[in-house]
Amino acid sequence: MSKVHVTTTINGDEVEFLAEPRQSLLEVLRDEVKLTGTKEGCNDGNCGACSVVFDGTLVASCCVLGVEAEGKTVETVEGMASPEALHPLQKAFLEETGMQCGICTPGFLISSKELLKAKPNPSEEEIRFWLANNLCRCTGYDKIVKAVQKAAAVMEEA
Amino acid sequence: MNAPTTPPPVKTEFDVVGTTPIRKDGEEKVTGAALFGDDIHLPGMLHGAMLRSPHPHARIISIDKSKAEALKGVRTVIVGADMPELSSTVVAAGEGGEVNMQDIADNCIARDKVFYDGHVVAAVAADNQHIAEAACALIEVEYELLTPVLNVHDAVAEGAPVLHEDYTPGAFLFPTQKALPNAGRLFMEHGDVDTTFDACDHVIEREFTTKAVHQGYIEPHVTTAVWTGEDTLTIYTSTQGAFAIRDFMASFMNMQMSKIKVIPLEIGGGFGGKDVVYIDSLAAVMAKRTGRPVKIFMSRSEVLRGTGPSPETYIKIKLGCNNEGQLLAADLYLLFEAGAYPGGPIAPGTMCALTRYNIPNVRLDGYDVFLNKPKMKPYRAPGATQANFAAESAIADLAEMAGIDPIDFRLTNALKPGDMMPMGFPCPPLGSIEMLNAIKNHPHYTAPLEGENRGRGISYAFWFGAGLGSSAEIRCNSDGTLNLTTGSADLSGTRTTLGMQAAEELGLDHDLFTTTVGDTDSVGYTFQSVGSRTTFATGIAVISACNKLLDQMKARAGMEWEVDGSEVDYAKGVFSLKSDASKTQAFGEICAKADHTGGPIIADASEFPEGVGFQIAANIVDVEVDVETGKVEILRFSALQDVGKAVHPHFVEGQMQGGSVQGIGWALNEEYFYDEKGTLRNPTLLDYRMPTSLDVPNIDCTILETPNPGHPYGVRGVGEVPIVPPPAALRDAIKNAIGVSMTELPMKPGNVLKAIWAKEGKA
Repeated sequence: MSKVHVTTTINGDEVEFLAEPRQSLLEVLRDEVKLTGTKEGCNDGNCGACSVVFDGTLVASCCVLGVEAEGKTVETVEGMASPEALHPLQKAFLEETGMQCGICTPGFLISSKELLKAKPNPSEEEIRFWLANNLCRCTGYDKIVKAVQKAAAVMEEA
Repeated sequence: MNAPTTPPPVKTEFDVVGTTPIRKDGEEKVTGAALFGDDIHLPGMLHGAMLRSPHPHARIISIDKSKAEALKGVRTVIVGADMPELSSTVVAAGEGGEVNMQDIADNCIARDKVFYDGHVVAAVAADNQHIAEAACALIEVEYELLTPVLNVHDAVAEGAPVLHEDYTPGAFLFPTQKALPNAGRLFMEHGDVDTTFDACDHVIEREFTTKAVHQGYIEPHVTTAVWTGEDTLTIYTSTQGAFAIRDFMASFMNMQMSKIKVIPLEIGGGFGGKDVVYIDSLAAVMAKRTGRPVKIFMSRSEVLRGTGPSPETYIKIKLGCNNEGQLLAADLYLLFEAGAYPGGPIAPGTMCALTRYNIPNVRLDGYDVFLNKPKMKPYRAPGATQANFAAESAIADLAEMAGIDPIDFRLTNALKPGDMMPMGFPCPPLGSIEMLNAIKNHPHYTAPLEGENRGRGISYAFWFGAGLGSSAEIRCNSDGTLNLTTGSADLSGTRTTLGMQAAEELGLDHDLFTTTVGDTDSVGYTFQSVGSRTTFATGIAVISACNKLLDQMKARAGMEWEVDGSEVDYAKGVFSLKSDASKTQAFGEICAKADHTGGPIIADASEFPEGVGFQIAANIVDVEVDVETGKVEILRFSALQDVGKAVHPHFVEGQMQGGSVQGIGWALNEEYFYDEKGTLRNPTLLDYRMPTSLDVPNIDCTILETPNPGHPYGVRGVGEVPIVPPPAALRDAIKNAIGVSMTELPMKPGNVLKAIWAKEGKA
């Protein structure tokens, strides 16, 4: 299958890659661009581990084709921290033990980032509703919810 | 199971243990830098895919792989006949039982017969995943269909189709005996059960069923095999036990263990499901045939069809007590699916169903039933959740029948330290009475609960946990920092809880330590991270290594003072001369001058602890039942657990909360749904419905600490028991809410509604 040349912007950097039309954005990010922070849990849009922001919209990258990234912007977990500091959400997930195995963590972080963009001060119910896109099998969610609440408070102050 | 050994003194004052440092492997997990099983890309690497049987029971007549082999980009296609012949098949598996390695090898890829929908029949390695999958579709398999056996009752019935002409009975925790063509059996009886029932004031008899559920780790199984020489193999994988993978592989490949190196990458969840070979041998054989590294990454549907789950069960229970509420007799008949091959969790399920109560007359009759479903796997306290659902529900119903408060009923019968256990030794220290009283006094239990169709339930649970072998090595650096390596896979933060124990034992700041999960070439044999054993058993190996390290360092400190190491004291980073306490050397000083005192300072230790501290837990739960739809909403949930000593209390809460939510999923939502043909109909995470954040409330945690004398700090295993009590607690709450006694899991809306209608006579 012949490959298509794609130029896109990932985490602020212009990136070029060759992709087969059948390759998902998830596959391209992981296998072609070698950004392996975005994880595959189900490859059919049900677990949220591959969540990325695609042209400003929170998506499951397994359900987007890589060639669709042409001329678009993609934000992944690798773009969350600055060279100086972790994102307040990353810091809060560490401080509140909002992870155990960590495989779902990148998806939860990206999803939570978009939540706090949409609702800077969400209620617990709003957090639980929003994060129902993302499955975690280890934590029972409580400490993830608390981490998001903490990050929201920190970001409000800043 | 051996009796716990005589305890050493348990430490009670701590500097590091009991604090909550941030895990050091955390930062790379929030930035995406952590390398999980699928995150390595080796040069020239091929991608594997499997063809799986669509039939639950069939004989393979022929396989034509020519079309697949002809596809551009396909490098090799293998079938069962291409796998090495095993040189020895039946091996000892502890506690007097045996395991048939051929069963585990055949579960990876079928040879003559397929035993379940999803059983691998062929595998392909190709230039990329898409080509490998396309090639699988071109493989032509001719099957002779056999009648499938799809439930435990059919399997044990006379005249049932037989899966295996001969079999080695399962040996999971306790051995089973050959009993029926399709089932091994575990039978235990003491006292006079039948006569005693006649003398009881109250007797109940109940039947319960539960459905198969999957461990549900978010990371699918993945492995990469590369031959580094003619007869040396390296495997990068995500596993609960690198040594287990190595040893299975040595058996499957007829290789020396020392020639196989298993490098454990970060693991995205396991819960008992990732401690055995499924794909490593296929990747290794295809890597050998192609001379290139081969990675295999399972799809989610393959994970659900071909790995796990925990079995569907049928449990019949009869209990009798007197008017004072004293349990006098129990009779349990348990049918647990083993799946395609022997060795499901029947033994631990049977053995811990009622262990938390003293009952003088007991008959336990458990069957490990072979049928045409995947080979059943442990899932967090294997077998205990199903058994506890039946036993605790029967206990609740009997207490009600006898007119006795449910907690007082349990207090009357609770197993206490010193009471004789069914395994033939007295119960070691156990906070059972404290736990039951903690429920009684819990602010949740004493709070009023008002409103229509609302009810509160409780349950109480027990689990054994495991000891087994672990190794640790600790090394001093010249700047006074330390590296600790163990063989235990870290599923949830155990590098931190092990480093904390080293820091505690050495009286040093935890920041000085870096803890690593070693590969199989770099550290001593360590049993899998299963059985709630890592912080407990590997912790003991770590503490032991630290003490050996201190002995060496005392000797080196003594050189300066020209005395024997026995003349040197040590406390919190400072060595001092016993005869003159003003003479001191800091821990870091000894590290800095190691080259002048005999070279690098390292110590290692291996331990096989016998003093496993039993785990107990309880739940209090409030629900509201929608009687129109049958939906159960959890209003409030409290988890209580005795952990011995919480090394990292936040991690302990995480285990309690995560286990509770898995138990809630098992109770209310999750089930494997096979159709009448034996096809799994819900192999996606849309249809196999695990709890989301919106389905569950906050899980409130109460940590009790009854020290386990089998660990220097009193640590008990933590990870498994939290999954056990939720189903029985929720069943109790539903009964108290709407007066309906559920007998089957999951208690999903349809099943609850069916029970409501049955009670109203609408069925």
